[in-house]
Amino acid sequence: MTQPVTPAAAKNRVGLTRADYDGAKTTLCPGCGHNAITAAIIQAAYEAALEPDRVAKLSGIGCSSKTPAYFLGSAHGFNAVHGRMPSIATGVRAANRELLLLGVSGDGDTASIGLGQFCHLVRRNVPVVYIVENNGVYGLTKGQFSATADIGSTMKSGQANRLEPIDLCTIALELGCGFVARSFSGDLKQLRPLLKAAFAHRGTALLDVISPCVTFADHEGSTKSYAAVKEHDAPLHEIDFVPYFEDIHVDYEPGTTREVTMPDGSHLFLKKLAEDYDPTSQERALAAIVEGKREGKLVTGLLYVHPESRPFEEELALVEAPLAQLPLEQVRPPRAVLDEIMEQLRTGKGLTAAAGGG
Amino acid sequence: MKPIVNDFSIQVATVNGSGSQTANSVLLRAIFQMGIPVSGKNLFPSNIAGLPTWFTIRVSKDGWVARRAVSEILVVMNPETAAEDIAAVGPGGVIVLNDGIKVPPIPDDRFVYRVPVSKLMEPITTDVKLRRLVGNMIYVGVLAELLGIAEQEIERALDAQLGRKPKALALNHQAVRAGWEFARAKLQKGDPFRLERMDATQGKILIEGNTAAAMGAMFGGVTVVTWYPITPSSSLVETLIGYLERFRRQREPAADGAAKDGASRATFAVIQAEDEIAAIGMVLGAGWAGARAMTSTSGPGISLMAEFAGYGYYAEIPAVIWDIQRIGPSTGLPTRTSQADLRFVHGLSHGDTRHPVLIPSSVRDCYEFGMQAFDLAERLQTPVFVLSDLDLGMNLWMSEPFAYPEKPWDRGKVLTDAEIAKLGKFERYRDTDGDGIPWRTLPGAVKDPRGAYFTRGSGHDEAARYTESPEVYARNMDRLAKKFRTARTLVPPPVVEDATGAEVGIIAYGSTHWAMVEARAALADAGVSSAYLLVRALPFTEHLERFVRRYRRIYVVEQNRDGQMADLVKLEVPAEAAKVRSVRHYTGLPVDASFVLDAILAQERGAAPAPERAPVAGGATR
Repeated sequence: MTQPVTPAAAKNRVGLTRADYDGAKTTLCPGCGHNAITAAIIQAAYEAALEPDRVAKLSGIGCSSKTPAYFLGSAHGFNAVHGRMPSIATGVRAANRELLLLGVSGDGDTASIGLGQFCHLVRRNVPVVYIVENNGVYGLTKGQFSATADIGSTMKSGQANRLEPIDLCTIALELGCGFVARSFSGDLKQLRPLLKAAFAHRGTALLDVISPCVTFADHEGSTKSYAAVKEHDAPLHEIDFVPYFEDIHVDYEPGTTREVTMPDGSHLFLKKLAEDYDPTSQERALAAIVEGKREGKLVTGLLYVHPESRPFEEELALVEAPLAQLPLEQVRPPRAVLDEIMEQLRTGKGLTAAAGGG
Repeated sequence: MKPIVNDFSIQVATVNGSGSQTANSVLLRAIFQMGIPVSGKNLFPSNIAGLPTWFTIRVSKDGWVARRAVSEILVVMNPETAAEDIAAVGPGGVIVLNDGIKVPPIPDDRFVYRVPVSKLMEPITTDVKLRRLVGNMIYVGVLAELLGIAEQEIERALDAQLGRKPKALALNHQAVRAGWEFARAKLQKGDPFRLERMDATQGKILIEGNTAAAMGAMFGGVTVVTWYPITPSSSLVETLIGYLERFRRQREPAADGAAKDGASRATFAVIQAEDEIAAIGMVLGAGWAGARAMTSTSGPGISLMAEFAGYGYYAEIPAVIWDIQRIGPSTGLPTRTSQADLRFVHGLSHGDTRHPVLIPSSVRDCYEFGMQAFDLAERLQTPVFVLSDLDLGMNLWMSEPFAYPEKPWDRGKVLTDAEIAKLGKFERYRDTDGDGIPWRTLPGAVKDPRGAYFTRGSGHDEAARYTESPEVYARNMDRLAKKFRTARTLVPPPVVEDATGAEVGIIAYGSTHWAMVEARAALADAGVSSAYLLVRALPFTEHLERFVRRYRRIYVVEQNRDGQMADLVKLEVPAEAAKVRSVRHYTGLPVDASFVLDAILAQERGAAPAPERAPVAGGATR
């Protein structure tokens, strides 16, 4: 017997290697920002020791929405219709509250055709890690502006966008989202801990990740080119994430770092940079976005976090077990209930009439 | 004058929002309690308060429950429509007139009873608003005296309605009494209309189709309900919410401290969506994850659901969608009935999409299809539509009590870890059984990595991988067609009544059935013997072709302008298409038996379509 020549790959807490979190080969353009985000998701899922059979990957339509095929190949996936991932997510979560929903969408999918559903998902606080791979253009239909394109940003043809961009983080904050982050596909050091923190959040977690389109928006004049984003990226803090199953072994100098405890016992450490940014203030978050815009900076980091937000399934007071798995005897009332209703309908007693309208 | 007993209609003309609903249901229930077959039809405006409303109560010793085109007895409570309403009452008819309303002279051959409603209300309450609301009970008392409804029946019906509100009960009771005493003291009965006790309603229930559908959904084990408010569908979900809150909550100890100890937990989720697109999206998400999920809507909502309906068909996800039809196109008449969504729903979405459609014709069907739709959706892994309508859904119908489901549910082809291990592999869209129905796995329910798959609305192969291969695309579409052929053997078969020697075969569906029952009896009286096929689902079962071949002339009776079912019948049996004739009623009012009778007789006797029914272009042979 010969020993294997390659050393066994390292396994995480649930016995999986990093390769176990891979998916199919990407079909996106070489150098696409989305591929970097896919890699970050794979790495973060491995480090957070997600169990793929407890994950449902969701997406809408567009380049970004193709990417769930490229990670966590052993998790179920649902590539929905354009802009409607939020309603699918809401239904999946209602049916099975134990699933971790990993949603990937784009700026067209979320800010244009899907803006309504996005808003209502946030309002309901459906627990979804909602990643927007934001490049300001429709890549799959060859470079039209999306609703997140900045004023003055140009198409490849030179045509400039004149319409006010929709800021998804601002909207999410207004609607009470309990986890709002902005990041950059070129800053995986920031993105990975943000992803892991989002996995630990109970409620909608928005990650608006600026992800340059190398084919249609990487030219001079595009405000979402690699060069432009790199130049204007203004991180709020340095982020460390320590999962609940690991000991905290870093000492931070007093006054330099804010600590956030997530509901599962994980810890987020936010090391201050220019200012001592408070991520627990909605007002400060909104102001930071506005100030950044005014100064031509792209403010990135964990804009806002409220770990105690009340998730969707608690609002609905659902039983602990997934609704999809309840046995017949728990969902079909006994014969006596039918008899009771029949008696009401026979006598007219205890009935409530439904009224008409328009 | 010869008395007319238990065979007439009462029409109450009021203003909506005026509290007439309680008065009308008390009247209807009291007659029902006397053992007399009765039905009620509410003709209401798309409005909250202040517009004309008509409620028709039909009493029929023969048990006919369809709408009638005329009413013998009219109660006039709405000044705005009074002249028109009175003009519609024929000679020998009865007019109960709130004498505060000024009306043109009424011909002498009508029986007019003038009732001083306001004056009678004066001693009962000083509250002007209450006088108006409770004033409707005056005509209940007057009619009770004129027609012969025993006071205790009115009291029982009133108690059932208002028993939990003692103050309101007392006030309403006083008003009924005032009407009753006034009629007894001041009115001279001259008309021939009488109610006499029968024994034809013993044990029966009175129920709206939407309530029956809600019950079906609950006993069918629904766990996720999504909806967007729309008339005439809202009452289905609102009633369902009431039932679920009452009968589907559990007490369970808090596991995570989220709920207070012992607080009740729901075995269901009801989500009011932001629109119908989201409503069906949520249903598909939930169905994909293994829940029994449904939504209910009407035409405009169905239009919005089109894209996702095709997704459900192509990605093969169970879903139940109720369409309580109102009359379109567009906003149409939101509070009027129709059967005009049939073809749209059947093929809802772009591409070669087809959906099974269940078509309840009775409140009992609503209940049973409410359960069966889930079994079918999960067995076939596809959206199943249930096509009801406003008439069936929102009006009160008599029925035998519903039966408790004897069979367990059918969750369809779902693989477990053990089964995947035994098979050694899993391919989501492989037709392993030859019936076109593949096996599926549920997220979160299998640990085996081989059990996962990627669901998409784009082209996919047997293993659910993306493909643009022409051969694979066509193969998959052929399998879906095969699955639809399998559906023919699973949907509820039609009700067929063959008639030996008959030349005429009549096909109807949905709420049209009740006018057909009555019209066929009248046809027989007129010497036309007919066979009958009541369609209860699409796709058609084998029964249809046999029926069409067997009879010489086939009449398809339906409530839409274009003869949608007639077209489907012709497509199903193209060789026999020439013998298919179409009878169509599309005014927004429920079809009545006399219309069907006239239309069929006119064609049977080779006459032109009845011209006196200008608004309805029924009876054309195509």
